[in-house]
Amino acid sequence: MSVTESPGTYVPPAPARRAAPAGRVRLVPAHARGRGLPRWLRRTSGPVALVALWHIASVTGVLPAEVLAGPATVVSSAARLIATGELQQAIVVSLGRAMAGLALGGTVGVLLALASGLTRLGEDLVDAPMQMLRTVPNVALIPLLIIWFGIGEAPKIALIALATAFPLYLNVYAGIRGVDQTLIEAGRTLGLGRAGLVRHVVLPGALPNALVGLRYSLGIAWLALVFGEQINATAGVGYLMANAREFFQTDVIVVCLVVYAILGLAVDMVVRTLERIFLAWRPSFTGA
Amino acid sequence: MATEFHRGVTPSADGDPGRGLGGPAAVEVRGLSRSFGDRRVIDNLDLTIRPGEFVALLGASGCGKSTLLRILGDLDPDFEGEVTLPRKRAIAFQAPRLMPWKRVWHNVVLGLPGRPDRARAGRALAEVGIGHRADVWPKVLSGGEAQRAALARALVREPDLLLLDEPFAALDALTRIKAQGLVAELWERHGCAVLLVTHDVEEAILLADRVLVMKDGVIAHEHAVDLPRPRDVADPRVARARGVLLDWLGVRHEIRHGAEA
Repeated sequence: MSVTESPGTYVPPAPARRAAPAGRVRLVPAHARGRGLPRWLRRTSGPVALVALWHIASVTGVLPAEVLAGPATVVSSAARLIATGELQQAIVVSLGRAMAGLALGGTVGVLLALASGLTRLGEDLVDAPMQMLRTVPNVALIPLLIIWFGIGEAPKIALIALATAFPLYLNVYAGIRGVDQTLIEAGRTLGLGRAGLVRHVVLPGALPNALVGLRYSLGIAWLALVFGEQINATAGVGYLMANAREFFQTDVIVVCLVVYAILGLAVDMVVRTLERIFLAWRPSFTGA
Repeated sequence: MATEFHRGVTPSADGDPGRGLGGPAAVEVRGLSRSFGDRRVIDNLDLTIRPGEFVALLGASGCGKSTLLRILGDLDPDFEGEVTLPRKRAIAFQAPRLMPWKRVWHNVVLGLPGRPDRARAGRALAEVGIGHRADVWPKVLSGGEAQRAALARALVREPDLLLLDEPFAALDALTRIKAQGLVAELWERHGCAVLLVTHDVEEAILLADRVLVMKDGVIAHEHAVDLPRPRDVADPRVARARGVLLDWLGVRHEIRHGAEA
């Protein structure tokens, strides 16, 4: 079998490839296999085609503006909302809510996970109720939250806090319990006490799971935000959307959806950056 | 940890290894037993290791040799009997067990009192020949380098007793030979007592003052290796010792090469 793979001198085969002798195949190195368009171009062509289709459907009237505004209208609405400052203000308010809820819920989730992950007593007290409560759909708590906290900021933040506490709790707890026992043993033979084991072995070992939990929590924070902002909001992206619904402004609704999507992407990038900084030691870590 | 002598010390079967004579024993084990359920893995075992003595422990899989080492490493408290050990001990396991989230040098000084001492770690790593790898993550080390780092981590504690649990078993043949040479050299320099648990009869003969064969939960045979160092596998005396030990391990004669009966 002849293998052609000298990256420096390799010439991509002509379309009509030289036939390999009978019974043998010619292996082609990966970098020479990609034909035609570069990968990023191929990957972006899908969304671009979709927007183009949407645009054509709008201008030809197949897709009426009452059902869904066209991309051109959406872009101009976005520009208008930005010019008036409405959009920025809404984003700041929404982002503030999401972060406040996450900070609260995340802190509670992580603290409870530490309690039940690190101590037998904590596990007995905390884990069973948490496992039970996590199956309750958070959105079902909205009526109760309104009764408890009224219709101001409090129920919105409480909803986000509740929703984000569980993924962090579950993942940090699993991370702590899943730390490689052989490393804990090794730590003990090195003379680490309980506090030293927690600090040098257990918590660093649980960090990958904790970041997975953070990623889930951020995703859920957004979901909870959308629901929360339907509760009698007077500001925020959800409020913009609810307003737009009243006046059938599908363009503004689409703008808000895009904003949610972009914010979601942005926080995901934050988590990726955190992973790059804190998980550089991982054997499986490949993102550079 | 009180050292006790009044029960007497098991005499070595075939003469003295010639090192670390006198002074209190490094390891004193009397009437040690350990059961897992109904199975008695260690059954009333006695063992003495003198300070500075290099002892190799051979035995088939499941004979209890790793259990013994884990008890000596204070990793298994569920034993019966009397065990007296130096306070300063260190273990190197079959897997290097480096903390993947700590740089190599940090792994080496982990658990030492005081602030992590970069220079001290650097010296320990240089001693095992990987001083240039101090600042990398463990994930980029080769198997041999990781095992060297684990050795540096053990020796930086200046132990009086070094426990080695098949530390070369996972290495390839060439790396293993180098690592064995390194351990011999480090032992000569540090002078700590060593208990090496291994499957490899040749390795035991090349490194140890005394080779113990463990069988059915006790030390079934004791073989003093009275050969000058460094030892050579091709030495007929090594081959002869190998034959004797393989017999004790229940391996038939035809497997050994070049050893006369």
